[in-house]
Amino acid sequence: MIRLPPEAWEALLLSLKVSATATLLSLPLALWVAHLLARGRFRGRGLLDALVHLPLVLPPVVTGYALLLLFSRAGPIGGVLEPLGFGLAFRWTGAALAAGIMGFPLMVRAIRQAIEAVDPKLEEAAATLGAAPVRVWATVTLPLAAPGVLAGVTLGFAKAFGEFGATITFVASIPGETRTLPAAIYAFLQVPDGDAALRGLVLIAVAVAVGAVLASNWLAPRIAARVAGR
Amino acid sequence: MLEVAVTRRAGDFTLDVTLAAASGVTAVFGPSGAGKTTLARCLAGLARPDAGRIVLDGKVLFDGRTNLAPHRREIGYVFQEPRLFPHLDVERNLLYGAPRGADPSDVAEMLGIAPLLARRPGGLSGGEAARVAIGRALLRRPKLLILDEPLAALDLRRRHVVLPWLERLRGAGIPMLYISHAIEEVARLADTLVLLKDGRVGHAGPVADILADPLVAADLGPEQAGALLEGPVAPGQDGLVTVRTAVGAMQVAGVPEGARHARLRVRAEDVIVATEMPRGLSALNVLPVRIAAMQDEHGPGVMLRLEAGRGALLARVTRRSCAALGLAVGRDVWAVVKTSGVARADVGTAP
Repeated sequence: MIRLPPEAWEALLLSLKVSATATLLSLPLALWVAHLLARGRFRGRGLLDALVHLPLVLPPVVTGYALLLLFSRAGPIGGVLEPLGFGLAFRWTGAALAAGIMGFPLMVRAIRQAIEAVDPKLEEAAATLGAAPVRVWATVTLPLAAPGVLAGVTLGFAKAFGEFGATITFVASIPGETRTLPAAIYAFLQVPDGDAALRGLVLIAVAVAVGAVLASNWLAPRIAARVAGR
Repeated sequence: MLEVAVTRRAGDFTLDVTLAAASGVTAVFGPSGAGKTTLARCLAGLARPDAGRIVLDGKVLFDGRTNLAPHRREIGYVFQEPRLFPHLDVERNLLYGAPRGADPSDVAEMLGIAPLLARRPGGLSGGEAARVAIGRALLRRPKLLILDEPLAALDLRRRHVVLPWLERLRGAGIPMLYISHAIEEVARLADTLVLLKDGRVGHAGPVADILADPLVAADLGPEQAGALLEGPVAPGQDGLVTVRTAVGAMQVAGVPEGARHARLRVRAEDVIVATEMPRGLSALNVLPVRIAAMQDEHGPGVMLRLEAGRGALLARVTRRSCAALGLAVGRDVWAVVKTSGVARADVGTAP
């Protein structure tokens, strides 16, 4: 058993909280956007597609800086939220926002592919059976896309868990508030006697990532089998 | 009651159809590319006509301004492929469009799928899946049921297994629009026939009248043409039964056991014409008839409409025979039909 300083455990728990929050809260939006991109026929679809992919191609530090501009006390959104007590800058909620935005493109991509793979003929059949679009989506599209949604959630969670650049730019690295696991690893790198804690944190990071993939791999065939009707 | 008048252009194809369908089975028949599926999709709200009107039981489904979404149209649709939901078992597939608390057992019983309720669609045969799809559309309690070539994806043998189930469906009391390019299906199921050709209605009317029209026969092609006869069944011997049709009593095989009423399609190619009462012939059906119409075909054939009683047969003979025998409109002749000339596939039960 590796002995870790309390700050390291704190960073792990914070990271789990941040990435779980980021994944869960961005999932509904990701489902909606993925559906729009997969099935929608509207002007500006290409623009939406590009916008969704932006965090994937921008340097994370640029994304973080953009968030800082928008959400700081002086920014257009932060200026509204801060006085209400919902400020995000330098809070763990801000870290969750940054992590969510960075994981969003991966989530949307996986879910979109899964929705595109659902046979529209089944959706047509459901409509002729009297199902309104929302019901068609909830009872046909979503269940059939479930394996891809799971893959998207796993990818998004893993990306959020490992997110560093945008987070540290936007909310800095405040112990107990915004010092996530990657930020803690970086912090322990900066101190002379941080080696032991560093190794422990790296092992934990690997374990969480591998664990997420294993869990997803265990679930995916079970969902796929259900969906395929076997 | 369905009233339709729609136009729809796609590329260089134009659908321009006006038709009305009341109770019973209305068959929309035509070659592939005639616009049958486009018409069905317009009715169901899956495709938008450019202009026109679709009214079902007095409710406007489409009129240019109104365009009801498919789920508001109360039209059941059985597609060419079963389109069952793979993640739901058969029972939940059947109940997908049914009102809350509906019981699928009657419909499942009627279609012979009751033992399959707990199965997943992935494990069903083609014929079973087709019947589940039909049951699912029925349980939705539609005001109109569209069947878009529901047998097209099945092989010949399965088709003949499912056809009798479709015949039973006619008793369900739901008006049906049966889309097909197989004349034997149409002949067995339809009350009214609408012939679609190049996006337009060619002929429309009671199925027996249309099929006995030599002009229509020319359209159908020589292999497809044949008259439709119906009548009560009297038990017979040697595996044969007697069907009292409008043109006279016919000895046929293959009528399903217990059927009290049968429908036969006698293909024009299977009818022999004789100018004298033939003797020493193995054919069991020799009917006195009068030539009511003659229609030259492209090629060596002539299509004859032979009337007797209140009914008619079609016969296809060569132009040479016509000349040799001196066949002419108004002449009394004999029509000879072998028992096996009425193919098993062309024998069905009528309600």
